[in-house]
Amino acid sequence: MNCIIIDDEATARAIIAQLCSNVDHLNVLEEFPNAIQAIKYLNQNEIDLIFLDIHMPDFTGFDFIETLKNPPKIILTTSDSNFAIQAFEYDCIVDYLVKPITLERFQKAIKKANAKTVTATGLDSSEKVETTSGNDLYVNIDRRLIKIDIPSIYLVEAKGDYIHVKTESQNYTVHSTLKKIEEKLPNDLFLKVHRSFIINVNKIIDIEDNSVLIKKDVIPVSRSNRPELMKRLNLL
Amino acid sequence: MEQPNLSYIHSMSGGDKSFEQKLIDIIKGEFPEEKKIYYENITAKNYKLAAENVHKLKHKISILGLEKSYETAVTFENNLLEDRTTLQDEFESILIIITNYLQQL
Repeated sequence: MNCIIIDDEATARAIIAQLCSNVDHLNVLEEFPNAIQAIKYLNQNEIDLIFLDIHMPDFTGFDFIETLKNPPKIILTTSDSNFAIQAFEYDCIVDYLVKPITLERFQKAIKKANAKTVTATGLDSSEKVETTSGNDLYVNIDRRLIKIDIPSIYLVEAKGDYIHVKTESQNYTVHSTLKKIEEKLPNDLFLKVHRSFIINVNKIIDIEDNSVLIKKDVIPVSRSNRPELMKRLNLL
Repeated sequence: MEQPNLSYIHSMSGGDKSFEQKLIDIIKGEFPEEKKIYYENITAKNYKLAAENVHKLKHKISILGLEKSYETAVTFENNLLEDRTTLQDEFESILIIITNYLQQL
């Protein structure tokens, strides 16, 4: 992991750098006495982890995090334990170290950061569309991969950062996008009829004007998607 | 009154003498600067700024193993944030002890 250290106190930076030097595969690329300099660096460099002091004059650690579009993992370092609750509001913060940092506590924080690295490519989000296998779709719900029988899905609805997947037997709320699940579903069975809805064409009960009835759900059909829907139907 | 020590620095160094000396040198350079700014702010009754200075100084107090003094600094910092100077004398006594200790290193 490549990391940087941001702390206005040289003593703190030296201690953190020393602690990092004892960890394999943890490279300190730069140290910064303030967040402004670090922002400039991050605009041109990718890093995996930031050791970030909260209590800095002018621009606090939290101000700094707010400026980052895609923040890397962050371990907060502070002499103040009062910010702990605020820290948990940020997904990117993996741990919170109170100064003076001990070797044991530092190692624990690094373990957490490493664990987050593993899950970032797999089971990080609470719920995610993961993969398909034949007729099955696996979704990640609370770090468990739940199997859904694809033909049993009759409706997928986008709701903000989530999608609702409705099946014959159960409904699932998954942290994903309509676009992602659309890629996983077979084209011959599923059709996007509206920017917020994908339906299973085989489950249509009837169609009326610009809507379709699927089970008990009336789903709008957008004008641009209607021709494709009509093509799919075995019209007499 | 408790006395400063290098226990924490030794625990960080893992026997690396060059790191120990490097850290001591950094503290010797940074501490007088922070102390100077603190005295300027407390004299000018800029208590919020003085609290910022105490905040930074208290890390060095803890690094030098002064556990009780650290608690004094925490309370003094909070007092300053409320525009009170209670514990100022106690805090400044700690600064004197550290100044004398660093001169011996």
